Amino acid sequence: MNKNDVLYLDTHEWAFIEGSKAKVGISSYAAMHLGDIVFFDLPSVGQSFKKGDVFAAVESVKSASDLYMPLTGKVVSVNEALSGEPQLVNEDPFSNFIVEIEIANPSEVSELLSVDQYEATL
Amino acid sequence: MNNLKRTSLYEKHVALGANLIDFGGFHMPLYYTSIAIEHHLVRKHAGMFDVSHMGQIVVEGKDALKFVNYVLTSSIEISHKMQYALLLNEAGGILDDLMVYPFSSEQILMVVNASNIDKDYNHILGFTKDFDVRLRNLSEDFNCIAVQGPESFSMLSQIFDNLPKHSSEYIFSHDENGPLLISRSGYTGEDGFEVYLHDSFAQIIWDKLYSAGVHPIGLGARDTLRFEAAMPLYGNEMDETVNPIEAGLTFGVDFNKAEFIGKTALLKYKDNPLRKNVGFELQEKNIARHGYEVYANDQIIGHVTTGYLSPTTNQALGFALIDINYSKLGTIIYINIRNKFVPAVVRNKKFINKNNKV
Repeated sequence: MNKNDVLYLDTHEWAFIEGSKAKVGISSYAAMHLGDIVFFDLPSVGQSFKKGDVFAAVESVKSASDLYMPLTGKVVSVNEALSGEPQLVNEDPFSNFIVEIEIANPSEVSELLSVDQYEATL
Repeated sequence: MNNLKRTSLYEKHVALGANLIDFGGFHMPLYYTSIAIEHHLVRKHAGMFDVSHMGQIVVEGKDALKFVNYVLTSSIEISHKMQYALLLNEAGGILDDLMVYPFSSEQILMVVNASNIDKDYNHILGFTKDFDVRLRNLSEDFNCIAVQGPESFSMLSQIFDNLPKHSSEYIFSHDENGPLLISRSGYTGEDGFEVYLHDSFAQIIWDKLYSAGVHPIGLGARDTLRFEAAMPLYGNEMDETVNPIEAGLTFGVDFNKAEFIGKTALLKYKDNPLRKNVGFELQEKNIARHGYEVYANDQIIGHVTTGYLSPTTNQALGFALIDINYSKLGTIIYINIRNKFVPAVVRNKKFINKNNKV
């Protein structure tokens, strides 16, 4: 997976749509600017979030940053690998998702940014 | 960022691709590579920091020694040792923490925090009328390069013939490059040196150290390093609303001195202390940050003053200023992290073993 396969929020989260589900992660721009990622504070499976809600936090050595949900939905899985190796997101932010959600409102997908639209905001 | 001051080494930072931030009104490097990489370099090898943003105030005159002993908390003695001290207000609140170089009874250098230079200068200026002293703010003239880490002695001895041999010892000299002050001290918990020198000389020494293989280190790692070494940071562990007893800095206060600014208030507080700065370790995986609230029995009992996932030990550690009734080692307290109440145990501040101190 690479930057062209996903859709974005201007707050640097991405969504990879697979049917009724979406994987959610952060962009390479965000990963680079965070520096060394040392911890993800992840939600539980079954938690529901609205588009724009804070669903997790990513912590670098220096600071904590909130992560925003790109689409309304319910968490169906979290990437457990990040508990032990949060730096995976620094190494490859597109192959290492943070959570997977069941999309509640497919019409929101059209509100997300394409890679070109996202990169124009940087 | 246009109004920010630059140190003499600013061009070096830019050329090295540093990530620059506003720190105390200065344009300073947060990191060059990454905070974690730089942190480990200092613990294992040696690194150099531009700390030219720090302020230098010189007290001169017949009463210089008497004066600093009146305005500062510790007993300053003329010696070749740098001495730590606090500057308090009358209420005992901490205006700054500083390093004192008592060259002679008539010339004493105080090194103060960048953000406090004007505040400190104006505060102590108000007390000069009763003493035969004059103050000079030399902050613009001095640069400082800190070389820190177990290899700092071997690196620096390639450049300077004469280095101080003991911890806190300093050597002050004059040569064709101007005055030079080398102090065996630092802010990392490692062996190291702080070298004070003039503009063009600073650039020469920086380049020599870089060529010798000393890694430039940003202020990000400076903070994680000083935190692990349990060294306080002005603005975090102390400010004007915190006194040295609460901050756990009484080693820098000599109550046997007849008089110093804030002594009366401190003596009164000592009889009935209310708060204490403690170390803590989270009992769940998370990270407590500066400013987070601390709870016990559903009540706010204080706040986190600094917290990190320690790069050296990988433990989630912190300092918190809390109600003294919860400060006993082993007490369970709760840190409010994004509205989750994460348990933490009060522990000592010996986060790392300082194996490399001389």
